[in-house]
Amino acid sequence: MKPAPFTYHAPADLDQTLALLAEHGPEAKVLAGGQSLVPVLNMRLANPAHLIDINHVPGLDTVVANDDAVHVGALVRHAHLLSHSAARTAQPLLRQALQWVAHPVIRNRGTTLGSIVHADPSGEMPAVLALTDGRVRLRSAGGEREVPAAEFFVGPMESAIADDELAVEAIFGRFPAGTRTGFTETARRHGDYALAGVALAVSVQDGPGGGTVGQAQASFVSVTDVPDVLDLTPVVGGAAVADLAGLADAVAEAVATHVDPVGDIHASADYRRHLAVVQTQRLLSTLVGATAEEEIA
Amino acid sequence: MSSTPDAQQPEPKSVRGTIVTTVPRASFDPAGGAAQPEELLDVYLRVNGAEQHIRVPGRRLLSDALRHDLGLTGTHVGCEHGVCGACTVLLDGQPARACLMFAATAQGHQITTVEGLSTPDGELGPVQQAFVECHGLQCGFCTPGFLTTITAYLDENPDPTPEEAREAIGGNLCRCTGYQNIVKAVCRAAELRRGEQAPPDGTQTPAAPTERQEQR
Ligand SMILES: Cc1cc2nc3c(=O)[nH]c(=O)nc-3n(C[C@H](O)[C@H](O)[C@H](O)COP(=O)(O)OP(=O)(O)OC[C@H]3O[C@@H](n4cnc5c(N)ncnc54)[C@H](O)[C@@H]3O)c2cc1C
Ligand code: FES
Ligand code: FES
Repeated sequence: MKPAPFTYHAPADLDQTLALLAEHGPEAKVLAGGQSLVPVLNMRLANPAHLIDINHVPGLDTVVANDDAVHVGALVRHAHLLSHSAARTAQPLLRQALQWVAHPVIRNRGTTLGSIVHADPSGEMPAVLALTDGRVRLRSAGGEREVPAAEFFVGPMESAIADDELAVEAIFGRFPAGTRTGFTETARRHGDYALAGVALAVSVQDGPGGGTVGQAQASFVSVTDVPDVLDLTPVVGGAAVADLAGLADAVAEAVATHVDPVGDIHASADYRRHLAVVQTQRLLSTLVGATAEEEIA
Repeated sequence: MSSTPDAQQPEPKSVRGTIVTTVPRASFDPAGGAAQPEELLDVYLRVNGAEQHIRVPGRRLLSDALRHDLGLTGTHVGCEHGVCGACTVLLDGQPARACLMFAATAQGHQITTVEGLSTPDGELGPVQQAFVECHGLQCGFCTPGFLTTITAYLDENPDPTPEEAREAIGGNLCRCTGYQNIVKAVCRAAELRRGEQAPPDGTQTPAAPTERQEQR
């Protein structure tokens, strides 16, 4: 199908964008990569009176990695971030998760921040923002605010952004040196939305017999309403790496209790829960077993 | 969700926050309302090297602008929600879904459609030639999207393994071929680009367009 009529705006700079949002906010939609919004418009699931296309606004396409965070502008495409070497060194989870976001063609247009604002619980990048204790910088004609991930995601496809606000930056936190990270998911076809997926960050202290596990945190894709973080430190923290296999049941229980999947034609809720459990157990043992060369962050 | 008809604008907030993408904004008016002429925009596109000017509504999809406004019907439209890949064109050399872009957004970019993949004197490009040799298509509906996607991919990876070729076409759907011959065509196109002319074992000999019609 085709989108219903709307008034198309192509602001030339940030001030114009914010003025348009101030004027039309409740009746307007921001268009970034369009890889989620345009299908919705084509299917007429949304029918905004105004479309504010930010693709010609300069200054929104920068990636900056500094000591404590990676700043990703509103027009940074998934593909650009995936190939950004400073960003992936600073926060390896970005690359590890972005490889699972859609197909390369979609990643060429879709933006990482758009995917966060869209707040689809099946999206990989909201889970990464949550796990890295990241935040979103929002601007309106009236000013600016930063919202932490824990407050930004309020429900499936619901975020804390106001009608007159533009998300200008996603800010992904970094982990302390020595933290190992990983991402895995299961989809019916690589590139499709995950049936279930997990992002994991775990620290390991050196010591005899492979050392001991320090902190461990996980966030999930497609099995929680919002990407909230499961702290596995009480379950595995302090355990000797060599003893980790003995904690598999406890990890399973923590994950199974935390996730709250819904069933659909692709997979039942039970199957999704099972996948989340197995993915977490495997990723955890892979990461703590990683050699120094594989250690990241 | 409430299904009670409501004369008011639907409320865009849930109890928890802003529903980001899927809320219909205007309530349906059964009386129809007064018909409004749609505002038209001047859009300048650079397609296959040529400058084009069209006057279209802001909601004109790039796929429709190419097909209906510019007559370049090589770009096919299957699903219109980004899944099938039939509409894939190159935007500054990178594959993009034409059904998920507005023509107005494409201003200032170089667009290459399947029509732009042949050489200036009308010879088939290497990927097109490989599809002929390997019988990489049946009905051909999906083919333009495969050709553009593969053309860009081979710029990035000029010598793919069959496994990599399979990965490269993973975002395009074909309802006819079972993909085996398309994977062969990716590898064959890589050879053609390197100047290796002999067709690989197990593929069809090059067939002239007229002979192809006999295959049934
Ligand atoms: C076939 C297909 C498969 C896909 N598979 C996956 C997948 O596996 N995983 C995944 O995570 N995603 C997937 N996607 C979605 C893709 O990642 C999108 O690019 C992403 O979800 C949205 O980013 P966008 O830039 O395209 O945003 P848009 O579609 O332009 O916008 C999405 C929403 O966010 C709002 N918005 C966007 N940017 C801003 C901003 N800066 N400020 C305020 N509001 C804003 C828009 O108004 C809209 O409501 C898929 C898409 C397709 C078509
Ligand atoms: S028509 Fe564009 S992807 Fe199917
Ligand atoms: S050849 Fe028929 S859809 Fe691919």
